[in-house]
Amino acid sequence: MGSVWPKVGLAPNAHAVESGGPRRGMLGCRAVALSDGLDARVDRLELPFNEYGVDPYGISRKHVRDALRLFGLIYRYYFRVRCHGIHHIPQRGRGMLVGNHSGGVAVDGAMVLTSTMLEMDPPRLAQGMVERFLHKFPVSSLWASRTGQFTGLPEHARRLLEDDRLLMIFPEGARGTAKLFPDRYSLVDFGTGFIRLALQTRSPIIPFAFLGGGSAIPTVFNAYTLGKLLGVPYVPLTPYLLPLPLPVQLEIHYGEPLVFQGTGDEDDHVIEGYVAKVKERIAGLIELGRAGRQDRGLARKLLP
Amino acid sequence: MRVLIPGIAGGIARKLALRLKTAGHDVAGVDIRPWENAREAGIEVFRGDVRKRVAEDVFRRWKPEAVVHMATVTAFTVPGAERGRINLDGTKAVFDHCAAHGVKQVLFVGRHTFYGAAPDSPLYHSEDEPPRALEAIPELADLVAADLYAAMALWRLPEMTTAVLRLPYTLGAPGTGTLASFLKGRRVPLVLGYDPLFHVLQEEDVVTALQLALEKKVRGIFNVAGPSPIPLSVIVRETGRMGIPLPSQVLSLLLGRAGFPRLSVGALDHLRYPIVVDNRRFLEATGFEFQHSVADMLRIYRESAPVPTSAGWL
Repeated sequence: MGSVWPKVGLAPNAHAVESGGPRRGMLGCRAVALSDGLDARVDRLELPFNEYGVDPYGISRKHVRDALRLFGLIYRYYFRVRCHGIHHIPQRGRGMLVGNHSGGVAVDGAMVLTSTMLEMDPPRLAQGMVERFLHKFPVSSLWASRTGQFTGLPEHARRLLEDDRLLMIFPEGARGTAKLFPDRYSLVDFGTGFIRLALQTRSPIIPFAFLGGGSAIPTVFNAYTLGKLLGVPYVPLTPYLLPLPLPVQLEIHYGEPLVFQGTGDEDDHVIEGYVAKVKERIAGLIELGRAGRQDRGLARKLLP
Repeated sequence: MRVLIPGIAGGIARKLALRLKTAGHDVAGVDIRPWENAREAGIEVFRGDVRKRVAEDVFRRWKPEAVVHMATVTAFTVPGAERGRINLDGTKAVFDHCAAHGVKQVLFVGRHTFYGAAPDSPLYHSEDEPPRALEAIPELADLVAADLYAAMALWRLPEMTTAVLRLPYTLGAPGTGTLASFLKGRRVPLVLGYDPLFHVLQEEDVVTALQLALEKKVRGIFNVAGPSPIPLSVIVRETGRMGIPLPSQVLSLLLGRAGFPRLSVGALDHLRYPIVVDNRRFLEATGFEFQHSVADMLRIYRESAPVPTSAGWL
């Protein structure tokens, strides 16, 4: 079984780890040896693949493997992602990863997905609730489907949680990815549906902060009319025009799970209170990450 | 039980008739198509159209206790307005006769394409969902209307036990349905950049599901499915065919030409987006268990319908 990684040493981002235990650092992320093959990690996914390597949702072992080979390279060597607190994600059972959008395109989602595949033991596949347009277009529809990234519908979320899957949700929606560079650390309004789902399915919410996406894709203008013509919500434009990500170091900070008690039928003001708590926790994780980045001077350091 | 099957000359209907006969039921059918060997199996087939007088006479004289309505057709077999008349007027006639002649139980055998194929619909469709994307595929409108009409009997004719079953694509040895027809050539057209999940059920398992629904006297609307869905590309590959992915614009130009099926452009959505059903309600009501895995199904189809050696481009 081939590995795309060298056979010795640690991943470039292994500095995020190694002090609080044999495989866990003070910030709570596992060090993944480079020899830990990507293919082997996909094979260890605890999903009910059939004889054709496809699970009941159409997730394909082959497609996940191919996607991870690409995203793994980007995660390790292009963005050099630092991942903190991965141990907060349950190893098994349902859970909702809920975080902020960062960056004009879905770099955040792809890197969060890669972090749960590379940093967790056993690896887990985070299944994103994605924008509707993604499933309209050729190729993106196929790859989103085969890697378990489904349109953000309550029916999908509820069914996946009831099947004890790990969901990835960005409650800011498309407004979150539309944040301009000066607002990259801010949070726009959250939707409330995810809280009702968490209550109805008794799912823990694992808040996370994603940092660096706004610097990787420094959006200065969103072209909504062009987006409408292309069938997408908008097209982010950068000082260099195209929304191609710069090799900025990215960070993911997972926080302690939040468990809310209720039925999901609560009045809006109760739900909004829970949403505010999640938002506050994510904002706290963002500030924690920013402080760390400033300490390390990483905010100014672009590669190469 | 005395079971009447309108549309009895179809592939699955014949198998159902034989299975029910073996299980000890009295079985008869109505169809405009012949089934020569039916009488040898002890099954009476009345030749005629379900919309015509002959069908009503069968209800009056033969006095069925249960009816399994399988006299509906797809765009693959009957084009144009006649298909609409068969599906909708035929269904109305069957339910009218059932009500008039004291039939106790009716199974309407519908299709999972009821839900439509759309990029923004849920992957797993529950029975409570409305039909979608009909504007793109007008060929399905009459089947959807027939399904909804049949479901009306649940409140319109409460003394009758009505069940609407929505079946997925079927394969047999080789089978006679939409999917079997689609796969019959050497090369199978696919839409480039898409690979929808398909729910497939072996014909023998379909028969088991129908028999269970009949004998358990289920009432309501039920999705029927067996193994988990699989990508269309797997079906094409494992049946020994070669998938030819073409951009949808090219494929839409080729429909009805060069051996490609004659379909509306909207029907290509079924090659883009999945139609997958949630069958938990049916499993709970009947305890149905499928016997044929996907691998079994595709192997049986491949062996019984080998790849044609030379029959034009497709």
